[in-house]
Amino acid sequence: MTMNNLGKSLVRMRSFTGSVKMVAVRMQFTLYLVLLLNIYNSFVSALYFHIGETEKKCFIEEIPDETMIIGNYRTQLYDKQKEEYLPATQGLGMFVEVKDPDEKVILSRQYGSEGRFIFTSHTPGEHQICLHSNSSKFALFAGGMLRVHLDIQVGEHTNNYAEIAAKDKLTELQLRVRQLMEQVDQVQKEQNYQRYREERFRQTSESTNQRVLWWSIVQTLILVAIGFWQMRHLKSFFEAKKLV
Amino acid sequence: VSLSPQLCALMFSWIRASELTFELPDNAKQCFYEDIIIGTKCTLEFQVVTGGHYDVDCRLEDPDGTVLYKEMKKQYDSFTFTASRNGTFKFCFSNEFSTFTHKTVYFDFQVGDDPPLFPNENRVTALTQMESACVSIHEALKSVIDYQTHFRLREAQGRSRAEDLNTRVAFWSIGEAFILLVVSISQVLLLRSFFSDKKTTTTRVGS
Repeated sequence: MTMNNLGKSLVRMRSFTGSVKMVAVRMQFTLYLVLLLNIYNSFVSALYFHIGETEKKCFIEEIPDETMIIGNYRTQLYDKQKEEYLPATQGLGMFVEVKDPDEKVILSRQYGSEGRFIFTSHTPGEHQICLHSNSSKFALFAGGMLRVHLDIQVGEHTNNYAEIAAKDKLTELQLRVRQLMEQVDQVQKEQNYQRYREERFRQTSESTNQRVLWWSIVQTLILVAIGFWQMRHLKSFFEAKKLV
Repeated sequence: VSLSPQLCALMFSWIRASELTFELPDNAKQCFYEDIIIGTKCTLEFQVVTGGHYDVDCRLEDPDGTVLYKEMKKQYDSFTFTASRNGTFKFCFSNEFSTFTHKTVYFDFQVGDDPPLFPNENRVTALTQMESACVSIHEALKSVIDYQTHFRLREAQGRSRAEDLNTRVAFWSIGEAFILLVVSISQVLLLRSFFSDKKTTTTRVGS
């Protein structure tokens, strides 16, 4: 009886391990597939949009000072024959231009079809990141669109924690605390910038208030003066015409 | 079967947050696309920063073309959904109803959860108290930064309205002063012309 039971349980176990193996194999297969897709999509498989040939797309980043921004992009050109987007294109580059809040250009470079640009802000405010293609071979586009994958990381997100952990030899807890410190630093910088912006806002409002006040007074004076002048002029005119 | 390297590759590729602020000219439509895996929880949040009546049309479609979210002339909204299929999801912002105001739109598209801090975080053991305290502080700070961003955008909106008002007041003051002078002088001249046209009319008036 026990042998039979043992045999039955063995069979059950084998079928169980068999099914587990099947599940494991299937899982591994899907994971390999995902890994393959990941490799195919290479570094940047983020959000993407379409851009025309001569079109310039600008993005605004309002950031406090001493903040680092890392931008990664990848371009794909539409192939009319295959009716799909090619993975990478030779000879097609993007021109990246970054302007600071005072309209001064702080980064102006041409990159290949896949690129990464990094800059640090020195003045707080609205920075403008503009991208356009540098294609001189108009036949390349053939009326199609360029697909641009873009990923912009700001401030604390630019830190590569794996690298920091390796360089400073931090334990897990130390790395978590370092991340918290970076986050709090970002919050503090943003609050500082907020104070500066609020002051500008207040100055604008006070200037509007002053202007409205002065304008009311000046307008009343102008009206009264013009009224006087009109009446006096007409009176003298009618007296000259001997009508009064 | 060792799953961790594949798991980390999985985590690094399909989990991200993209936030962008871009300018949408009048009568224009801008679309963004993202490839999402089935079952991922995604959030789309957008806010109009400057321009006109601070509203924009937003539309979110799944790979089949089914509209998951469609709102017209919205100033701010947040929409969470779970991807029902694999494929390319598309969301568009449209300013086609506006004839001459261009808008600045901010959006934040979060796909999945944030990547873990450590590459081989497939731990079976629980976090220590210190580590879980750090995790909860991290989550709280993330929400602080999120609120800060929205506050900054609202402040930018208020400030742009105030600056608009300031320039409008300045132009209107100068314009109105000019109009007043022109109108009053031309009134006087017109009145004079009624009375000094022909000799015949004056005699008629005289008699």
